[in-house]
Amino acid sequence: MQKTLYITSNGRLRRKDNTLYFETETEKRSIDIENIEQIHIFGEVDLNTKALNYISQYGIILHFYNYYGFYAGSFMPRKKNVSGDVVVRQALHYLDREKRIFLAYCFVESAVYHMMRNLRERKEAEAFLNAIEDEWENGRFNISSISELMGLEGRVRNIYYSSFNQFLPEDFYMEKREKRPPTNPINALISFGNSLIYSTVLTEIYHTQLDPSISFLHEPSEKRFSLSLDISEIFKPLVVDSVIFKLLNNRQITLEHFDEDLNYCYLNQEGRRIFINELRNKLETTVRHRQLNRNVSYKGYIRLECYKLIKHFIGDQVYSPLKAWW
Amino acid sequence: MELQDLKFQGIKINYLYVCKRKLWLFSKNITFENQSDKVLLGKVLHEYSYPKEDAKEVLIDNLIMIDILSDGAVREVKYSSRMKEADIMQVMYYLYYLKQKGIEKQGIINYPKERRKEILELTPEYEQKVKQALSEIEKITSQVTPPPATKQKICKSCAYFEFCWG
Ligand code: SF4
Repeated sequence: MQKTLYITSNGRLRRKDNTLYFETETEKRSIDIENIEQIHIFGEVDLNTKALNYISQYGIILHFYNYYGFYAGSFMPRKKNVSGDVVVRQALHYLDREKRIFLAYCFVESAVYHMMRNLRERKEAEAFLNAIEDEWENGRFNISSISELMGLEGRVRNIYYSSFNQFLPEDFYMEKREKRPPTNPINALISFGNSLIYSTVLTEIYHTQLDPSISFLHEPSEKRFSLSLDISEIFKPLVVDSVIFKLLNNRQITLEHFDEDLNYCYLNQEGRRIFINELRNKLETTVRHRQLNRNVSYKGYIRLECYKLIKHFIGDQVYSPLKAWW
Repeated sequence: MELQDLKFQGIKINYLYVCKRKLWLFSKNITFENQSDKVLLGKVLHEYSYPKEDAKEVLIDNLIMIDILSDGAVREVKYSSRMKEADIMQVMYYLYYLKQKGIEKQGIINYPKERRKEILELTPEYEQKVKQALSEIEKITSQVTPPPATKQKICKSCAYFEFCWG
């Protein structure tokens, strides 16, 4: 499997002869460029076009995050596998109202399924689980527009997030979900994790013929690569939230890992390292795929979601979103 | 026809016999980088099997290599003889194509791993078969949707395996 590299310290990416190095003040480490698929850069990192050109020869994607760990943008080398046919048909599914709602619904359905899955094991959250089920079952058959769907999803998500207070440590109490900037530690964790998933999904999309800017649930104008937002919906509860629960309940992340000066709204460097490590483990964890009869990692399941969308667009197989069966 | 087309048509002929769905997907540029060992093996095999011969090699894709040898044969190097009919038709197509340009050659398929080679001659029957294959390709690739996936032995080693069955 192609590897993901996370750079959390400050330094420089440098090409010397035919090797890529990451140099910090104290060490110099070579990077196995042939086996790297993407690099997430959190530290303050210098690089020049010589390094960039070399990196792009290998089709490696760079994701940049700012000082607070917010996603800043990605460098994506020129794409090799472009299919005009797929893009045109993807656009047709956006333009046709029914077709667009169908796909948007699929993303939300899977997201809600995974949210409920996260709460199912937790006694403390039972009432919330029931409330989500009611909200969802009552609403889901009466959707006639994307904004109604968004509204329903928003209501479900609010119930979902408010249940966190029941089973997460007290320090991580959440009034409500705040995006940018986060105003408390749990919001900071969610935002950080979501942006990591967003860029991870983007990498998977990049390796397929999908056009990342044509989306269904989110408006294509919302973000440059809004299809990544759509697909992320499925994996945010499945991957990010379960990582957060694990880290907090095992006390691997505590308030110590947040920047006190910034009111605990941002993870500090150590906190980010712990988080990234756990997320990486999760993405590499494999689950037996029943049709393929192979072990597929969580990251692999993201790729499969992209494949399913292509099959949907080319009229091969109607899309049915992932619902973790394990 | 340009070299690029020659090469794509050759692959298409090959895929026509291997899997029609694969042919359709390939014709729509739906391809995936195949990082499997097999591709690597194919490359290595080619590089080390015939180092001395003086050949003008044309890289068809990561799997298929057409060599126009100086002694006047078109050579293909294949990883295994499992896909024999597909391989033969592919070479026949190159021979057919060259013949249209007034160049008559022999074809050779090498299976270095099996230490075997196959010498091919473009007969009128094969010429007919190539023409048929080309029109069938046209028919399949102009379909709006791909032929459905059907499980076959080669699926497991096909670059589309996860796409078709995942
Ligand atoms: S996986 Fe099987 S069905 Fe799919 S393209 Fe390959 S050979 Fe054909």
